Amino acid sequence: MGKVDGFLHIGRELPQSRPPQERIGDYKEIYEDFSAEKAAEQAARCMDCGVPFCHNGCPLGNNIPEFNDAVYEQNWKMAYDILRSTNNFPEFTGRICPAPCESSCVLSINKPAVTIENIEKEIIEKAFEEGWVKAQAPQNRTGREVAIVGSGPAGLAAAAQLNKAGHHVTVFEKDDRIGGLLRYGIPDFKMEKWVIDRRMELMKQEGITFKTGVNVGKDISAIELRNNFDAILLCTGSIVPRDLLIPGRDLDGIHYAMEYLTQQNKTVAGDQIDAAVKLDAVGKHVVVIGGGDTGSDCVGTANRQGAISVTQFQYRTAPPEKRKKSNPWPEWPMVMTTSSSHEEGCDRNWSTLTKEFVADENGKVKGLRVVDLEWVSPTEYLEITDSERIIPCDLALIAIGYAHPLKEGLLDYLGVDLSKKGNIEVKDWQTNVPGVFAAGDVHRGQSLVVWAISEGREAARAVDVYLERNSLLERKDHTRLMVH
Amino acid sequence: MHRKEESLHVPSLERDACGVGCVVNINGEASYQIIDDAISMLENMEHRGATGSDPATGDGAGIMFRIPHKLFARECDELGIDLPESGQYGVGMFFFPPEAEVKAECKKVFQTHAEELKLRILGYREVPVDHQVPGQAAIDTQPSIEQVFVVSDEEDLDQDALERKLFVLRNYTTHFIGHYVPGNDGRFYAASLSSRVIIYKGQLRTDQVRQFYYDLQDSYTRSSMAMVHSRFSTNTFPNWKLAQPFRFIAHNGEINTIRGNLNKMKSKEALMRSSLFTDTELKMLLPVTDAAHSDSANLDALVELLTIGGRPLAQVMMMLVPEAWQNNKSMDQNRKAFYKYHASLMEPWDGPAALFFTDGKQIGATLDRNGLRPSRYCITNDGKLIIASEVGVIDIPSEKIEKRGRLEPGKMLIADLEKNKVLFDDEIKSSICDDKPYFDWIKEHRIKLRLMPEPKELDPVPGEEELLVKQKAYGYTSEDIKLILRPMAEKAVEPVGSMGADAPLAVLSKKSQHLSSYFKQFFAQVSNPPIDPIRERLVMSLFTRLGESLNILEETPEHTKQIHVSQPVLSQVGFKKLIQLESRGFHHKIIGCTYNPDRYENLEKAIDKICAEAEQAIISGKNLLILSNRAIDERHAPVPSLMAIGAVHHHLVKKNLRTRAGLVVEAGDAWETHHFATIIGYGASAVYPFIAMDTLRALAAAGRLQEGIDADKAVSNYQNAIGYGLLKVMSKMGISTLQSYQSAQIFECIGLSQKVVNKCFRGTINRIEGLDFQDLAKEHLAAFRVAYPEHAFAESPLLPVGGYYQWRRRGEKHLLTPDVIHLLQKSTSLGDYKLYKKYAKLINEQDDLITLRSCLTYKKMRQPAPLEEVESVESILRRFATGAMSFGSLSHEAHSTLAIAMNRIGGKSNSGEGGEDERRYIRHDNGDSERSAVKQVASGRFGVTSHYLTNADEIQIKMAQGAKPGEGGQLPGHKVDNWIGKVRNATPGVGLISPPPHHDIYSIEDLAQLIYDLKNANRFARINVKLVSEAGVGTIAAGVAKAKADVIMISGADGGTGASPLSSLRHTGLPWEIGLAEAHQTLLKNRLRNKVTLQTDGKILTGRDIAIATLLGAEEWGVATAALIVEGCIMMRKCHLNTCPVGVATQNPELRNLFTGDPDHVVNLFRFLAEELREIMAELGFRSVNEMVGRADFLQVDQNLDHWKMKKIDFSPILAFDNQLSQTGRFKQVSQDLDIEKVLDRQLIKKSYPALKNLIPVKLESEITNVDRSVGTMLSNEISKRFGSKGLPDDFIYCKLTGSAGQSFGAFLTNGVTLELEGESNDYFGKGLSGGKLIVYPPRNRVFKAEENIIIGNVAFYGGTIGEAFINGRAGERFAVRNSGVKAVVEGIGDHGCEYMTGGRIIVLGPTGKNFGAGMSGGIAYILDADGDFEKKCNTGMISLEQPEEEDFQTILDLTQKHVKYTGSEVGTSIVKSWDDYKKQFIKVIPHDYKAVLEQQKLEKVTA
Repeated sequence: MGKVDGFLHIGRELPQSRPPQERIGDYKEIYEDFSAEKAAEQAARCMDCGVPFCHNGCPLGNNIPEFNDAVYEQNWKMAYDILRSTNNFPEFTGRICPAPCESSCVLSINKPAVTIENIEKEIIEKAFEEGWVKAQAPQNRTGREVAIVGSGPAGLAAAAQLNKAGHHVTVFEKDDRIGGLLRYGIPDFKMEKWVIDRRMELMKQEGITFKTGVNVGKDISAIELRNNFDAILLCTGSIVPRDLLIPGRDLDGIHYAMEYLTQQNKTVAGDQIDAAVKLDAVGKHVVVIGGGDTGSDCVGTANRQGAISVTQFQYRTAPPEKRKKSNPWPEWPMVMTTSSSHEEGCDRNWSTLTKEFVADENGKVKGLRVVDLEWVSPTEYLEITDSERIIPCDLALIAIGYAHPLKEGLLDYLGVDLSKKGNIEVKDWQTNVPGVFAAGDVHRGQSLVVWAISEGREAARAVDVYLERNSLLERKDHTRLMVH
Repeated sequence: MHRKEESLHVPSLERDACGVGCVVNINGEASYQIIDDAISMLENMEHRGATGSDPATGDGAGIMFRIPHKLFARECDELGIDLPESGQYGVGMFFFPPEAEVKAECKKVFQTHAEELKLRILGYREVPVDHQVPGQAAIDTQPSIEQVFVVSDEEDLDQDALERKLFVLRNYTTHFIGHYVPGNDGRFYAASLSSRVIIYKGQLRTDQVRQFYYDLQDSYTRSSMAMVHSRFSTNTFPNWKLAQPFRFIAHNGEINTIRGNLNKMKSKEALMRSSLFTDTELKMLLPVTDAAHSDSANLDALVELLTIGGRPLAQVMMMLVPEAWQNNKSMDQNRKAFYKYHASLMEPWDGPAALFFTDGKQIGATLDRNGLRPSRYCITNDGKLIIASEVGVIDIPSEKIEKRGRLEPGKMLIADLEKNKVLFDDEIKSSICDDKPYFDWIKEHRIKLRLMPEPKELDPVPGEEELLVKQKAYGYTSEDIKLILRPMAEKAVEPVGSMGADAPLAVLSKKSQHLSSYFKQFFAQVSNPPIDPIRERLVMSLFTRLGESLNILEETPEHTKQIHVSQPVLSQVGFKKLIQLESRGFHHKIIGCTYNPDRYENLEKAIDKICAEAEQAIISGKNLLILSNRAIDERHAPVPSLMAIGAVHHHLVKKNLRTRAGLVVEAGDAWETHHFATIIGYGASAVYPFIAMDTLRALAAAGRLQEGIDADKAVSNYQNAIGYGLLKVMSKMGISTLQSYQSAQIFECIGLSQKVVNKCFRGTINRIEGLDFQDLAKEHLAAFRVAYPEHAFAESPLLPVGGYYQWRRRGEKHLLTPDVIHLLQKSTSLGDYKLYKKYAKLINEQDDLITLRSCLTYKKMRQPAPLEEVESVESILRRFATGAMSFGSLSHEAHSTLAIAMNRIGGKSNSGEGGEDERRYIRHDNGDSERSAVKQVASGRFGVTSHYLTNADEIQIKMAQGAKPGEGGQLPGHKVDNWIGKVRNATPGVGLISPPPHHDIYSIEDLAQLIYDLKNANRFARINVKLVSEAGVGTIAAGVAKAKADVIMISGADGGTGASPLSSLRHTGLPWEIGLAEAHQTLLKNRLRNKVTLQTDGKILTGRDIAIATLLGAEEWGVATAALIVEGCIMMRKCHLNTCPVGVATQNPELRNLFTGDPDHVVNLFRFLAEELREIMAELGFRSVNEMVGRADFLQVDQNLDHWKMKKIDFSPILAFDNQLSQTGRFKQVSQDLDIEKVLDRQLIKKSYPALKNLIPVKLESEITNVDRSVGTMLSNEISKRFGSKGLPDDFIYCKLTGSAGQSFGAFLTNGVTLELEGESNDYFGKGLSGGKLIVYPPRNRVFKAEENIIIGNVAFYGGTIGEAFINGRAGERFAVRNSGVKAVVEGIGDHGCEYMTGGRIIVLGPTGKNFGAGMSGGIAYILDADGDFEKKCNTGMISLEQPEEEDFQTILDLTQKHVKYTGSEVGTSIVKSWDDYKKQFIKVIPHDYKAVLEQQKLEKVTA
């Protein structure tokens, strides 16, 4: 056990982030390095709880108290073994997870939480540094073929697991590079893409086949896929964005956030974007509609591109500074937070309704008509009289989330059942079509990377059981010592 | 063997405790006076016996004396029987079944057998009795009592030979009739058959014995000695046979190791040969021991056999109940050798005992090594010896008293009626020990393993990967390494945890279980005290022996040819030494214990094969069998070591081979204390845990242990930790030696099939069935398959997580998950009942069946009732209590929040152990009150004063705590801040120890006494006795009901705790479902249920839990963990570290500030619980709780549940419902009659009215006798009521008493009362002294020397807080135990003086006993060390001895002067006179910590 009263003497400390003015000059990750000793000191704050809520809060079921303890003892190898037993890609979650573990950390009831996410990142980077992260091809192959459609975090996690179980795994990706939203949805200043490439390399060495630029349902038919594979796992994500259907929506200069972020990610990767379609915030008044992580990513990107102003709107009321009584620990805190992108400059507006895009003479957007709201109940609001105004807007980015997966094409061809919301329905990860499984946002609806990894892992086990009748792959909520 | 019980009640667990005594004319003159005195003595010990639901039916009493020849001569003359001279005939006292035919048949058998033995029956005499005397229940079962007169036809047969014949005849006939006479049903009983003694006894009250037997009123009934016994039993099923004395002994105590003793006796009896008996006679005689008989009856049988078999009686007693010799450095070499030698013949019959014994030629008494049952003696100048549990039981004019004393632990006293003298311990024992050259025999033949040559080579530590595979295969988890092995290796201690258990029983867990998890350790409560293995280490021993045992009827040098092992956990070195002893005559055989994992059936087959191999090995001459499950690989799975040892042990017992070889286990699957406890408890003498040892060595090699711990240190630390853990396991059952613990099977089995138990664990209590061999194989192979998966797989190099002690998603399931805790906190803080129901649903409809109750569902047998007709929430709320959690373990904030909430709803909060600040008795302005309605009295007695007790609505005596029954506790110094120090009458910064036993409750009659004390201390409070669920708790509860408690709390083992060793937390005690059902059923059976309120607690979390508790028999419920969670507890399980991050279980001010609990939320919880209960009541058609209590017929097993293990459980004993019995009342309806209407205090109070009402000082005088108990207590209660804790000014009520005071003289005596006693006093003198003054001196007309006279009994000033006492004479054992403020002067004391003392000043002007100052953390003692040997008698663990300083001398002189003034002490007078000479002889005893704190205080004063 770590230090018994470490939390009483040591404060929370994270690696320094570079000053906003400096970091908006590039797309590199914003954090400085952190020493192993510092990480160990932070791990000493872990109270090794009798009921570790962090461990419950983590969608993967990361065994947080135990890797904290190992880090405290500077037993990095063991920390890595503990971490990898639940998480295939700690280098992703260690960077970009909103860390529900930390908001449910027991220490966070009345003190700042343990820096769990950063400890995770330190462990995996140390493991790479020491050469402990090695390709581990399975000793025996089962001869079974599994197709995974979609190479986002869910598909990748499932691929890693199924390959470990000895199956031949082929991952199909419609884009030109592997990674899905991980690669094109997340800006480099949050996660540089060599992190993905490093992992892909290992997975290839382990024997996983990646096929990029293949849009299943278009480039290969669903029937072909069914014929050539013993099982299919759909990890195609929830990719149909929510739209903002207000007057002027069809004006030039109004785009979905993902379109914008993808372009920038490709640019950073060295691709040339056709000037005709290129979205650039330089010299523009940028408006971001939607207050989530994607909105923040747009803010950070716009600032880096050189926007004159960045304004963000959210029609919901501003969250409180502290948890409300009805939102107690260990629930996700609905409180005001400031992302690193916000630190870099942004005018944030809440309780504001976007009413209309206003055009200039060329049919291009030049402004946004907004009005302030007064919420009278959780579902009803009144417009505040005389608050209506027009905000300058040359580039509007819609970041209000995704509605559901794309039904047309593959899902239709396969004939999988969908829920009312339009997500794939599964039972034990299997769809109504035998041998066809689903995991990640395509099943869950839009969610976090950490949930995608979790679903990929759990679904992989279900696929393994389907193929082999039993499975040695681990589940997050079951002991291997279970007796039926 | 297994008799299917329809309920949970286990007859074999019935307990009794007693009053015993004897009166002897040392000169051997027979008189009726002796009989008369003995019966009077018996009558004066009525308060030590008991009656059942029918007050006229006693638990049994009786008397034994020498054959009254004069009486029989007269009677036989009338009957026409020609009686020979005294000593030439035997008399039998027979209980016959009253049916004429059966009786005739019995007599016929007896006749035939007598003839076979060349004995002749002269005739029978119907014993004249008064049939009106016994109670109805006793009359219903009354036997026909006749005496038979027998002579031998053989010429020149001496009396000893006649005795032997009679002995053979009695056993032969009893066996035969028992087996073959139809209609006898075990009723024929020969109370005695001897030419020397006769026994009159029965199912009688002490005052009925004389009335019942006319012979006892007949002046022709004369004897030179008589022994009496009065029984207090936990049951009231009438049974005339259970009354004592038995033929050789009268026993006040328990044999805790009886199962092991009997199993070993079976083989020993098979080996018996004797020159005194022919083989035919031996065959007729045996078996003498029988598992169907009581422990006392078996002990008696063995005493009889060994004595008649040729050993002196005293030697037999020494052999069976040896004094503590192992750690006694001052014992002489020959005596030690005697005990060592006899240890190779016989395991101690271990347990608390006052034993009176006689063979008709000698009569004596001895105490067990702990000396926990009192025995006082008196020798008069007209040649009488009186020994009894109490003084004052017979009137003896003080001028006749020549010597008075007490029996000390392990000591013996004998009156020899042939030599006409009294023999004392040294004299008796040295003559026996010097009789044979035991020392030489041992020196020559016995081998000490420790001294054997080191092995040449050790096996290397296995590689990391190999070790990991092995660890997995044997079932290790990472938690075991982190929480068990590492702390043990680093700190040599047992790891500690808190907040109890909330994981499933092994039989409900879906996770593969270690076999030992199906075994729950037994622990002592009420009938038997646990021992303190730390502070009283001197009585305990871990030594074990290996080799063959020989015929116990002989003594030869070869008997001691055995290997002596100092503790049972072998390292590799020890193990290798052991198997190198071939040349010394120890032939070993390693028996492989593995099986083919392909089929589950193979496990049972392997067991049979192992047993057969073991048997064969012994027959071929091996005397050391090693069961090893080392040789595993993917084709060979390990047989669980526990299963292997149990099976082999019982197989060898069955084949009568057991004692011919020692058993050692080489176990891969033993690493925690409980594993060792079970393996040893089922037959192993030593265990080599090779994987644990390899793991430790690997950890050390990898640098994963703290600095300075190398492999050797880790191994020895681990051995010490397990050894300490074993001491704890043994001590909690009151067992002192590993030798007698070994194979004693001190466990209850929960969840194994009877088939498995019969084969491997025969005789273990097993009530609800469970897994068979195949199921166990399936379960164990799950772990094996993690190590050796069926196909190759890139596994992560980690052990499974475990998750038992800390919640883990991949671990064991728990009730209190993050979701549960969250919903409970949120729903109660928002007052949201709907959300609460979501929470309740998680508990009530668990997917993972964690609790027994989760397997049950309702049986709807009535129309539902409209909800509005159901008893109201408000009315139900009054039935709630919170748990007993001390201010000390909880913060003030957490503690008082609960109290306020409970007071708001009319429920009861509990002070816990630790007193209560008077401030809390004052109401807040808003009407809230922080006063705890229930005041607890626990073994530490912290803050238990007259005023505290006066301020109680209920007083709870904590006999045990669910999380660690049978253990004491400790509040570390860092938790004792100024406030807690004040409330507990302790010194801030100094740690406080709560002893494992209550030092005033060693038996059930002691508990009755404490209840009586407390009733006197507060007549209006309910008295509640808190017990913990285990097999036998029902019979204990019946005993407690008979001891007149008002409420019995049955705590489940799952209850929370501030700190408990992990092994206790997990492996001791049962869930409340079983204990509650057993208690309810047993109370009903004894018709006592309607006299007590039954409460239950132990992780009661929802209204459904309460409904089930009610249906199983509880009418009130305790809720603690849930209430704490509502206050903010998040099951951190770090209470013991003082780091609770939410301010609940901490005293750290910084953390206390973080407390956010709110009484409103707690109120919400209880309202929700009540509401949920009401909904269930409505559904089931109950309109009131009372009509619901005990309706187990409304419950059934939920057949819809799908769980493979659950289907193996037989719930029917838990759900047993007997409508007939229920008629007597299923809930409390009758109040207990405590007989306090006529106590002496009533007169004292009346006479004190001027003081109480008008503040005028009074002086009173009164006579006093031993039946006047708790004198001064009720008077003090009256003072506390009126004047609070301050009481009255000194000596305001001055009371002079003359005579022998009963127990608890001056208990809780408060400020302003002085009791001056001329005479003597019994045990518990000045218990809980709360400011009063006690003065005692012997009668002024005495002839003996006051300073050599024992004037007060054992356990004086227990828990005293303040006051003064002057004792002109000596005191018994445990003087000033747990004293926290009393100043006392005494002229000599027994063993364990000032034990656990935390404050006060004690001056001893005479000799002290052993183990002085054990666990003493505060206060100062001054000892006049005239002989200069005091240092040797100290337990220096916590104290230092110093020269007193000037300040000290002043204290000594002041108090001694007072002593002289009050008592006229002669010793005191000479000291004061020659002060300068005496000054030098005083030694000051001061605890280290206390001294440091005092010095700190001084320093602070100076700097301030």
